[in-house]
Amino acid sequence: MTTRIRQGAPRAGAVPYLFLAPAMVLFTLFMALPIGYTAYLSLRRTKVSGLGLGAGARTEVFAGLGNYAAAIGDGELWAGWLRVLGYGALVLALMLGLALVFALMLDAAHVRLAQITRISIYLPYAVPGVAATLMWGFLYLPGLSPFGDHPFLSAGLVTFSMANVAVWGGTGFNMLVLYTNLRAVPREYYEAARIDGAGELGIALRIKIPILVPAIILTTVFSVVATIQVFTEPTTLRPLTNTISSTWSPLMKVYRDAFVTGDLHSAAATSMAIAGISLAVSFGFLRVVKNHAFGED
Amino acid sequence: MATTAPAGTRRPAGIVPTGVLVLGAVYTLFPVSWVVVAATKSKAELFSTPTFAPGTGLLSNLADLFAYRDGVFWLWLLNTVLYAGGGAVLATAVATVSGYALATYAFRGRGLIFNLLVGGILVPPVVLAIPQYLLFSEASLAGTYWSVLLPQILSPYSVYLARIYARAAIPASLLEAGRLDGAGEWRLFHRVSLPMLTPAMVTIFLFQFVAIWNNFLLPFIMLGDDYRFPLTVGLYTLLAAGANQPSLYNLIITGTLLSLVPLVALFLTMQRHWRADLSGGAVKS
Repeated sequence: MTTRIRQGAPRAGAVPYLFLAPAMVLFTLFMALPIGYTAYLSLRRTKVSGLGLGAGARTEVFAGLGNYAAAIGDGELWAGWLRVLGYGALVLALMLGLALVFALMLDAAHVRLAQITRISIYLPYAVPGVAATLMWGFLYLPGLSPFGDHPFLSAGLVTFSMANVAVWGGTGFNMLVLYTNLRAVPREYYEAARIDGAGELGIALRIKIPILVPAIILTTVFSVVATIQVFTEPTTLRPLTNTISSTWSPLMKVYRDAFVTGDLHSAAATSMAIAGISLAVSFGFLRVVKNHAFGED
Repeated sequence: MATTAPAGTRRPAGIVPTGVLVLGAVYTLFPVSWVVVAATKSKAELFSTPTFAPGTGLLSNLADLFAYRDGVFWLWLLNTVLYAGGGAVLATAVATVSGYALATYAFRGRGLIFNLLVGGILVPPVVLAIPQYLLFSEASLAGTYWSVLLPQILSPYSVYLARIYARAAIPASLLEAGRLDGAGEWRLFHRVSLPMLTPAMVTIFLFQFVAIWNNFLLPFIMLGDDYRFPLTVGLYTLLAAGANQPSLYNLIITGTLLSLVPLVALFLTMQRHWRADLSGGAVKS
């Protein structure tokens, strides 16, 4: 199995390209083209001449970085970033913290009911975000809530209530990724530690968590990227409360600009900014940790 | 168990993890069990009876839901099956041939193509969804089934999974032997390699099926006509219409429950195929 493809071994010619043709066609049509189009739109704006009436009154002109400058100067967008930052910090800390604790507990030496609890905690992965938000949304509603009439959807608590939906939905998947990584560790490591007098807690802290570092980094990166783009939960919760504005998260503002107020160019610039931030976060994170966390290609 | 000191330190170690996991399971099952019970309550019972007391209105709730706008809920369910089923089958096929080619052939541009295809993991869906809508509009395809189906066929993550799995599962020597016997490249893929790739294909299918089933943003942006909605967008519009009318809550709650059933059933029956370890690189070679 260690012999990979030898230099020029399969005289394949066009064969691999044919195998890859469907993926490349889809990539071109549904990724490269839309990204290019977004970049193009973000550099243009609509020019209105006269009263803006008649066929030739609205024309598209080159705007340079004007839309980006406008996005940077947009107070509502910054407020959206701040809301998402607070929400994201909460979700990441709770979701990944819980996922790590559950993974370690599943892997503990004397655990019972491991299978049924593992499946239960993983179950929300199969629940659509919209359905999860609806269920919790009703549980938050005064009159229906079994927790009494707490103002779960008030301005002060709505971020926490929304974070709870995301934590509920995402913990199980991350737990399973971490747990699967733990299962791959040879048991002898722990035996050796036990002989040296380490307890379960010591093994978890000094052996298991260091082994999990690369997996924790990967799940963190994917979770950060997903959180930056939060859209479904606040959009679904909005009809139940007036504390979530139509521009609550940056992505919701992109949607509003594009489809409600019809300003495609500013929507394009903002979505390029969101993409840029997501990519910077992912690459930055991976670059910092790559050298000591990942050995393979 | 003995009560000597070492055993004494061991016993709590079993109670703590079990207790923590049970608490976790209670937390995750709580809203699901609530929606199951709430869907059985009639309009009056929903606001009056204790939270977990079963009601008497399940059948009338179902009848109301299926009668809602001439049974549009059935269409949503059918559409979702179509988007998720069709999309996942095609995504699995594309990812498998791509991953196979990337894993077993040496050719010019391999690294570049791999990076392009897999780099898509990091591209936020929003950057794609809005221009995809505009481009579909140009082609007069916005609002059609195609506009939701086509963009979800290429799954960067699936290509990545297929490649690492194919690299670990298919010995180069086997393909070499096949070539010496005069087998063509398609035959090598179809008859020799594909059976070995089946576990990865099942996993990719399931991941992609769930991803499309749960997707909200793309159909929300693409579709205007509610006869083409999937369940996620349908339920959202139901809530948007009924949030101020508590008399519609029963419909929304029953619809939410029904939207969970197929996926949870698939999830529980295919439990052992959800192998996150394909992604963890823990595939034994």
